[in-house]
Amino acid sequence: MKALCVAVATATVMASSPPVLAASEPSPGATSCSGCHTSGAASSVSRLYGRNADEIMTAMTGFRDGSAPATVMNRIAKGFSDDELRAIAAWLAAQK
Amino acid sequence: MGISHRMSRREFCGAGAATVTALAFPLPAFAQSAARVVVIGGGFGGASCARALKAIDPKLQVTLVEPNKTFTACPFSNNVIAGLRSIEAQQFGYDKIAASGVTVVAQAATAIDAAARTVALADGTSLSYERLVLSPGVDLRFDALQGYDEAAAAKMPHAWKAGEQTLLLRKQLEAMDDGGLVVIAVPANPFRCPPGPYERACLIAHYLKTKKPRSKLLILDAKDTFSKQRLFQNAWKELYPGMIEWVSLSQGGKVNAVNAATNTLVTDFGNHTAQVANVIPPQRAGRIATIAGATDNTGWCAIDPVTFESKLAPNIHVIGDACLAGAMPKSAFSANAQAKVCAAAIATLLSGGSPATPKLINTCYSLAAPDYGISVAGVYQPKNGVLADVEGAGGVSPADAPRDFRAREADYAQSWFSTVTAEAFG
Repeated sequence: MKALCVAVATATVMASSPPVLAASEPSPGATSCSGCHTSGAASSVSRLYGRNADEIMTAMTGFRDGSAPATVMNRIAKGFSDDELRAIAAWLAAQK
Repeated sequence: MGISHRMSRREFCGAGAATVTALAFPLPAFAQSAARVVVIGGGFGGASCARALKAIDPKLQVTLVEPNKTFTACPFSNNVIAGLRSIEAQQFGYDKIAASGVTVVAQAATAIDAAARTVALADGTSLSYERLVLSPGVDLRFDALQGYDEAAAAKMPHAWKAGEQTLLLRKQLEAMDDGGLVVIAVPANPFRCPPGPYERACLIAHYLKTKKPRSKLLILDAKDTFSKQRLFQNAWKELYPGMIEWVSLSQGGKVNAVNAATNTLVTDFGNHTAQVANVIPPQRAGRIATIAGATDNTGWCAIDPVTFESKLAPNIHVIGDACLAGAMPKSAFSANAQAKVCAAAIATLLSGGSPATPKLINTCYSLAAPDYGISVAGVYQPKNGVLADVEGAGGVSPADAPRDFRAREADYAQSWFSTVTAEAFG
């Protein structure tokens, strides 16, 4: 029974397709942004999807060190490292 | 990859052991294209999760179970109470969610068989799932405060679930004579929307100041501290001097009983008879979470902070106000953020992967006046089995900010509501 179980499990694993998210899995923290930052209609909060990644990175590091004026983004940016911000910016830039 | 992969293999073996002789080759496809996810509860968490699942993998069979045809949002419902907004601006339907490929079932879920992975519905039918998401919000505990049951709520509204109760509280304020006493009773933590009672105090005071300036507002609190406390108390002094009085737990603020016939609230230190009494009772996870076996003895649902899977009921994920999300508050923003993380984790689990460690953000705006916004924000990550604050991040709006800063935060609050409801409901 155990051998059959292993065989079944192996076949099942082989049969399943690779994770669809592998290429585009959001970086930690990235999906929270769209709670405020619109993906569509005009808003007083800027759209981030499809935006240049360097622009997002510059804004976030500026919010984090206090050199860019902010109301809430300074408090949020402090929760992320450079690497995390770069990954989030790249993911946001790749969204439509 | 390792742990969840091994577990899914074990589970597959365990479930298949008894019927393994019936397995005919080729093996039944267990591919994710056939995977079924049922989401119970069509609020901010459930609606966002159903749409996110479908957006991540259009092949998933996603069913949203929600008996109400219309959702009435709680954020900004304090504006409705204060006569600043219509209830219609709070209401959203499910047509666009259905149009995005989610099957919307307008039924109440009545039972869950976690072993068989089925959900029974009120009409006698049932739904099978590979993964179940519960986003049932809160149930008000009508057994927790002596004298406060559903009948009493028709006289002393809670207005903590938006809709008829919101309008009832507004009508009572409109009917009150100038010089009347409004009392808000606030429960101990945890409860839905921690800053909500104090925003409500502000906006009711805004109404009273405009229409009934001799009136008073008393907050009877079962706590000694509360969310955005300094900002709220500064706003009360600045905007509504002499109108709002807050009685903390240690000052005798805890309401032990109410009498709906006389509109009286009873504390250890005496009785308060109100012209308008808003009683916000203690709460717990929505009932279906208990039926599913996902609530612990606190009445809430402990979850894995990476996947939001229940620590008590396998293959059942709990998001939003019903879950114990560590440092994350019970807010619509949290529910939406959790929904997206949970959806990604479920898609990864169904495709045999191991979900990455997430980070989540919360931002809660409150209005001290229509043009005076304040906020609290936080960034969270799993630590020691719960979602913990990322140290050095988050916090509240500055105490000394000028009024144009408050005005901008009020504007961002409106903008957040438009954006998050569009993401959840289309």
